[in-house]
Amino acid sequence: MDRHYKSWTMSHKLSGLFLVIAITLFTFGRATAQDHGHGGDHAEEVHTEEADHGHGDSHDDDRFNPGEMIFEHILDAHEIHFFTLGSGHDAHHVSVPLPVILWTENGIVTFMSGAFEGHGHHREAKVGGVTYHMEKQKIYYESEGQKVYPLDFSITKTVVGMFLVTIIMFLIFPRVAKAYATRKGQAPKGLQNVIEPLVIFVRDEIAVPAIGQKHFEKFLPYLLSIFFFIWISNVLGLIPFIGGFNIMGQISVTLALAIFTFFITNLNANKHYWSHIFAMPGVPPLVLIILTPIEILSIFIKPTVLMIRLFANITAGHMIILALVSLIFIFNSMMGPAAGAGISVVSLAFAMFINVIEILVAFLQAFVFTLLSALYFGAATEEAHDHH
Amino acid sequence: MELLFVLLQEVAGYANMGAGIGAGVAVIGAGLGIGRIGGSAMEAIARQPEAANDLRSNMIVAAALVEGVALFAVIVCLLILFV
Repeated sequence: MDRHYKSWTMSHKLSGLFLVIAITLFTFGRATAQDHGHGGDHAEEVHTEEADHGHGDSHDDDRFNPGEMIFEHILDAHEIHFFTLGSGHDAHHVSVPLPVILWTENGIVTFMSGAFEGHGHHREAKVGGVTYHMEKQKIYYESEGQKVYPLDFSITKTVVGMFLVTIIMFLIFPRVAKAYATRKGQAPKGLQNVIEPLVIFVRDEIAVPAIGQKHFEKFLPYLLSIFFFIWISNVLGLIPFIGGFNIMGQISVTLALAIFTFFITNLNANKHYWSHIFAMPGVPPLVLIILTPIEILSIFIKPTVLMIRLFANITAGHMIILALVSLIFIFNSMMGPAAGAGISVVSLAFAMFINVIEILVAFLQAFVFTLLSALYFGAATEEAHDHH
Repeated sequence: MELLFVLLQEVAGYANMGAGIGAGVAVIGAGLGIGRIGGSAMEAIARQPEAANDLRSNMIVAAALVEGVALFAVIVCLLILFV
């Protein structure tokens, strides 16, 4: 590790920086799978809306809507909402507003999300003469009677989460790297002791077995970056009461990581790899007619599967915890506060159990993503004589 | 045509039921798969206890991959319910 230190940190820092910038840019579309989350099935929605007239303001009605609460916590938001005091019309939301950056027809418009008035699903902000509407975190303005959705480059809650993760990484890794340079030949001290086993783990258990001794160094910075980024993001999402970050549960984020793996695999692939895809040797021509399209599809399907696996695992974990906690509120609204308090013991016990499993899942999903990326890189750079 | 629309109105709730059944079947698949992985890992550890650490890591990786597939089905069911 020592003799490669100089080029190692430079490329580590540069690829880390590239990763940060690219991921930040890539999350600016709202390509979430639950984009149109209606918060519960339609029948329930009809009931609550019939029960209260007016602007469909969800805080007008007392009844607890678990689906809506779960989706509020899972989806991205233009503010970091900590908690709400009171209920109904005099509900006081304690939240941190975040910058809204829109690329509209009239150039780039920026304002703080605190400009949006109201607290229901539909909020309005008047900025620079234009009225922006925010319907469930999607911003549009009206132009000639049409809803125009500008490109949304806002610093949303997820982006803030990613900044936090990168700040944590930038606090840890340069310090550890410098410690190796200044303490050459000495025993590791302090933070080095924590990071060294992890980095050696990624190198010796993921990179070298999957890619091989010859080529693994080229890919090791990327593998380390995504491993720690995914792991720290997942752990950040498990911490309650800081606003509820769900970074890897946004499909746009996992899409960005999968796209990186896709490009790195295919740009580093050698002739051996491509010959196996387009004309797998040792296969009769009739089978080849079926096999080649499947192989071409698999070039795209493998990163897609990576994306969905990470997204689904993290989102499912968060949903389970949220559903268990919302049991308390369901019992409260259906059978009174005593029932709510009673079920809270059971509910919290299960929620703690699931939280422990989620801590394992946080590491495991980072490990699986990194391992599969490494395997794809290994397949792409494999030499002919290693085969069969 | 109207009969078709009336029938479609009637079965609107079946999509939700389908989503529920789909999620349940996916869990059966995941349970069977991961159970088999765990079972063979147990047997292998019983045969060679020194290899327990290697076996454990491989078991967990295989379980994560199988679980990933089951979660595709969960995602599809969620899409049915909420999209």
